[in-house]
Amino acid sequence: MQNAAATNGAGASQPKKLEPLIYDLGAPGRIGVNLPDCDVPKTALPADLLRADLALPEVGEVQVVRHFVKLSKLNYSIDQGLYPLGSCTMKYNPKINEDAARLPGFAQLHPLTDGDGAQGALFLMHELQTWLGEISGFEAVSLSPAAGAQGEFAGILMIRQYHIDRGEGQRDIILVPNSAHGTNPATVTMAGMSVRELPADAQGNVDLAALRDVCAGDLRDRIAGMMITVPSTLGLFEATILDVVEAVHDAGGLMYMDGANMNALMGAVKPGQLGFDVMHYNLHKTFSTPHGGGGPGSGAVGVTAALAPYLPGPVVAVIEEENEQEPPLYGLVMPEKSIGRLKAFQGNFGMHLRAYAYIRVYGDAGIRDVTRYAVLNANYLRARLMATYKVPYPRYCGHEFVLEGHFDDAEDVHALDISKRLMDYGFHPPTNYFPLIMPEALLIEPTETEVKEDLDAFVAAMERIAEEARSEPETLLNAPHTAPVRRLDEVKAVKELVLCCAPALPIGARD
Amino acid sequence: MGEWKTPAELKYADSDEWFAVDGNVVTIGITDYAQDQLNDIVYVEFKDAGDSVDAGDSFGEVESVKAASELYSAVPGEIIEVNTALEDEPEVINADPFGAGWMVKIRAADLQGIDGLMDAAAYDAYCDSR
Repeated sequence: MQNAAATNGAGASQPKKLEPLIYDLGAPGRIGVNLPDCDVPKTALPADLLRADLALPEVGEVQVVRHFVKLSKLNYSIDQGLYPLGSCTMKYNPKINEDAARLPGFAQLHPLTDGDGAQGALFLMHELQTWLGEISGFEAVSLSPAAGAQGEFAGILMIRQYHIDRGEGQRDIILVPNSAHGTNPATVTMAGMSVRELPADAQGNVDLAALRDVCAGDLRDRIAGMMITVPSTLGLFEATILDVVEAVHDAGGLMYMDGANMNALMGAVKPGQLGFDVMHYNLHKTFSTPHGGGGPGSGAVGVTAALAPYLPGPVVAVIEEENEQEPPLYGLVMPEKSIGRLKAFQGNFGMHLRAYAYIRVYGDAGIRDVTRYAVLNANYLRARLMATYKVPYPRYCGHEFVLEGHFDDAEDVHALDISKRLMDYGFHPPTNYFPLIMPEALLIEPTETEVKEDLDAFVAAMERIAEEARSEPETLLNAPHTAPVRRLDEVKAVKELVLCCAPALPIGARD
Repeated sequence: MGEWKTPAELKYADSDEWFAVDGNVVTIGITDYAQDQLNDIVYVEFKDAGDSVDAGDSFGEVESVKAASELYSAVPGEIIEVNTALEDEPEVINADPFGAGWMVKIRAADLQGIDGLMDAAAYDAYCDSR
């Protein structure tokens, strides 16, 4: 794919062909499995459960395998190359994680196995809770939320219940910076509270004066807390974070940290020591469990001692201390004032296994190196690209940074065009048009797993695209040229949704 | 950034709404600069005629291929008319933000909020600085 660049993209490398849907493959009666002879009498299915409207594909094993292999070749993944999708931390997922998750003792453990039969799994979860607490400086951790957004939801419900129990149920406002992830205001609304948006200052930090005004104003007694991402979604460390925490705490609110960007803090900064009361971890970002179609996620939450009784459950605890003969006995418990369950069983246990393996492999010093290399790689890219692109906040960044995807002397070219053109050069595009406070944003996060040669290749592609923006803007406006489909009509896609495969009719609605 | 129109007779909020005052009726839409920044608008949702809003409250939202944004009223009052045609054809906001792309009319309980808004020159300078 990278060679396509040398040909202006439009020529030599033939676009890959799309693969039909599995529903459009096969023929009646074709099957992919041979069942053994039935050793019990056959019975016809009840007529009222038979459905003629389910157009299930009838395909052989070879067709199925080829279909999905072809689809997988159309995909782009971190196993193929740099995936600088800012805010998503698309780091390489070590294969040893997968080995751990496939150990039969874990993989075949039934989620309803009683505690005595699941001590190994419970021990592992207890260790992971302890390590995550240590990494972030929190007293207690629950692994049960299924993803980051559910972790946020758990956090805000805990804050809400905390205030209610203190007789301050009127506290219903959560402060959210205007650079926040969209999930933050959505979480607040889902939790039945309301959002008060805060502006950013010229350096990209929360505007401290505006925050202090709100905390001293009419709404003071209604402030339940604040949700903030550190480093911010611009990839910048909040230089005044201690003042922010103090202002909100003084007003009686609690501090929620969106842990999406923990890849810039691990082993270097503990949010609990900054004064945060609760945060969620994205095990699927920071701790290398697969995501982006490879999910599921895991959004563990960590809290201070004051909030520990409210954690979503169950959590793993030592229910019988060890003695001279026996190791400790682990069990699942619901915290005393738990906000309840968010997920069936014990959360996404397969992700706990992978995150555990990741932390075990790196260890204390290795975890710190992850952060140091993530920050180094981002600053290296930022420094090299500053010569070609505008960097709106020219300070050292954390694990990611924002470029302006627009040039004064190439008015027609926008961030989206640059992103699409990167595909022709063999790279996944960065996040574009986020954070919203920055026009034409390209949010770039290389992660620690990239080597210098790959970072340099990305810089070369970005520099070439900047030249093309001036010399042949049409090439950018029509990109991608090598993908199986060309530029998609996003307006039409949003406004005129057409499903290729008709949804099945519900039982009872058929002819 | 590109060129944008800023009619002199309107008032402007830093959240990029324009306000036209006629007696106590205030018509609100979003600016040419805002529609240009948002790119193709694909969805709008407004409160209903008859609903009331406070100054600083959201009266609806606009969604483009790039982003979703809240729309804010600078005045308190009752929404007396909503441009429901935009629900089927939100692209009209891109094409004619100050004309057919108007969004709501509010019968203002007071007009104090208008005093705090920018005039066209101040809004242009504000957009230039972003």
